Amino acid sequence: MVLYLKEFKIKWGMVIDLDRCTGCGACMVACQAENNIAPPVDASNKRYSMTWLLVYQLSNKQPYPNHDVAYMPRPCLQCGKPNCVPVCPVIATDKNQEGGIVSQVNARCIGCRYCMAACPYHARYFNWQDPVWPEGMEKTLTPDVSTRPRGVVEKCLFCHHRYMYARDKARIEGRDPNALNEGDYIPACVEMCPTGAMVFGDLQNPEHKVHKLSKSPYAFRLLERLNTKPQVYYYSKREWVRKQGDNYLEHETVGGV
Amino acid sequence: MSDKELWPEGVQRCSLKLFIAWLAVVFAVLVWGVYAAYVVWSGGLIVTGMDNYFAFGLYIIFDLGVIALGAGAFFSGLLYYLVRVEGLKNIINLAVIIGFICYSGALLILTLEVGQPLRAWFGFWHPNVHSMLTEVIFCITCYMLVLTIEFIPIILENRKLNKIKFLHHMAHNFHVIMPLFAGVGAFLSFFHQGSLGGMYGVLFSRPYAFREGFFIWPWTFFLFILSAVASGPGFTMLVATLMEKMTGRKLVDFSVKALMGKISGTMLAIYLVFKYLDTWAWATGILPRSGLTFSEVFYGVAYGKWLLFSELVVFGLFPAVLLLYSKTRNTPWILYSACTMVGIGVIINRYVQTAQTLAHPIMPFDRWYVYVPTWAEWAPSLAVIAYGALILSLAYRYLPVFPQERKLNQA
Ligand code: SF4
Ligand code: SF4
Repeated sequence: MVLYLKEFKIKWGMVIDLDRCTGCGACMVACQAENNIAPPVDASNKRYSMTWLLVYQLSNKQPYPNHDVAYMPRPCLQCGKPNCVPVCPVIATDKNQEGGIVSQVNARCIGCRYCMAACPYHARYFNWQDPVWPEGMEKTLTPDVSTRPRGVVEKCLFCHHRYMYARDKARIEGRDPNALNEGDYIPACVEMCPTGAMVFGDLQNPEHKVHKLSKSPYAFRLLERLNTKPQVYYYSKREWVRKQGDNYLEHETVGGV
Repeated sequence: MSDKELWPEGVQRCSLKLFIAWLAVVFAVLVWGVYAAYVVWSGGLIVTGMDNYFAFGLYIIFDLGVIALGAGAFFSGLLYYLVRVEGLKNIINLAVIIGFICYSGALLILTLEVGQPLRAWFGFWHPNVHSMLTEVIFCITCYMLVLTIEFIPIILENRKLNKIKFLHHMAHNFHVIMPLFAGVGAFLSFFHQGSLGGMYGVLFSRPYAFREGFFIWPWTFFLFILSAVASGPGFTMLVATLMEKMTGRKLVDFSVKALMGKISGTMLAIYLVFKYLDTWAWATGILPRSGLTFSEVFYGVAYGKWLLFSELVVFGLFPAVLLLYSKTRNTPWILYSACTMVGIGVIINRYVQTAQTLAHPIMPFDRWYVYVPTWAEWAPSLAVIAYGALILSLAYRYLPVFPQERKLNQA
């Protein structure tokens, strides 16, 4: 059984402020468009959807007037210790590059879906049908993102192609591609978020905002006790929201202040 | 018209007409399954009941089930060739054929199960040594080869084929080296039965399936091996009995059947000791550590507590007692019922490990879903059973599968 934690000098990550997120779904749309996700032919069954980034609705389950909701965008959390990686029989997914983004090689994936069984966050999606773009729409495809055929698993990669751009740009400008400034590289969802709820950067770099935010007592990670060590943090001042970040037994208290 | 010259020496078989009529029924089911396979390959897995929530479904449950039930082949082979349990001589051929059917059937279903069947060989080309599934891919394929090698001498012993000198010698030589293959087969089978269990046990983010490790393996690795060897021999014996009922002829002596029952019962008892310990450690250790209570991991009828109770008591402890106690074991109908129950218990185990593991919501704001297989999953599964019936029918009619048949039917 391989339960390893790989350490990287750079660790790209997000902090998503759930008190700011309005659940507008702009991030989802941005993700679909940026990553060449074909529009579904029939979207009536959500369990066949292809939503690398999904916005969940959380509720405190209290009756009015105490009722409160929160929205939780969930990309692939790029776990520090991903369960999806060691299970893949053909190394189609791996966590081996500086930055700590969990890769997904479509051309190698055999579609066994073992990684989907392993991911507790449902962050992986299977191509149940051939992707079809309505006529004319293929002109809007992002040229640097490959399209995926039926029968393989795919997931959010933190818009890895944008990382490549940023590195190339830094090289051309004579800067160190391993020391990007904050804002040189951000995924499409973060760029699109109208409320600024999503913050992106290097979790290891004290100069990046995410570094500080992730250390806040209001920051938490999904299912912390499973020990998958996600590189996506959530942030909320509401205790009940933090509480829904993990399964808590009755006698247990939630982190934060 | 008769095919009598092809029958094993000195035995009686039904008329060719009747045999062909029976095969027609079998073929009807097979054709249905082949059609389903065509639908799955051409239309994609969307035609099944699987979805983003249920990455695995009936195909995997069926595969795990037949592979466990097919364990009679490796375990009987191990006991006969290596431990020298002589009584098993009279059923070992059948055990090998059933093993062959179960494994080849499972591989056929697997070609439907993966999203990219043409890339199935990537498992050998880009293997991930850390993945339990890689181990499964390697061991199952290799063991399939071993089973084929074990099946060949049985085919060569067909009356006509055996008259050809070369084939006769070949069959003989195969027999001589059989203990070696039995050993290799036992080793391979041991590993992949284990890795199938390990596949679930390593899902550390799925508290329903996750188990602690013993060396590099989670202990589901060992539980799967034990439960498979507990159900396999009993299943082989049940198939022999079913064949007797269908053909109206005695094929294996009851003492051999009781011996198989005893093996099943003993292995089941050993398995249950560990399974009870495992369940206790899981309920009091892994679940609370994941912030879950025992009740939270069960839901409705499809994933209810009744499954756990059935698996561990009704189809576990109860048949174990019946099989261990010689008086009940030696009563035919009790023996058959008990072995059937063991098989059901193991299938429940494979079902919950697969479906319940995936259905159980791990994020607190997620919910339970129920998985319902579609016809496109049932049809190929039934077709594999028909495929088994076809091979068994041909083997029974034309090959000397049962050494005791002649003696038992002299009247
Ligand atoms: S969120 Fe899921 S898919 Fe993403 S790295 Fe973690 S386990 Fe893998
Ligand atoms: S579905 Fe693809 S990426 Fe996932 S485990 Fe199987 S081969 Fe690996």
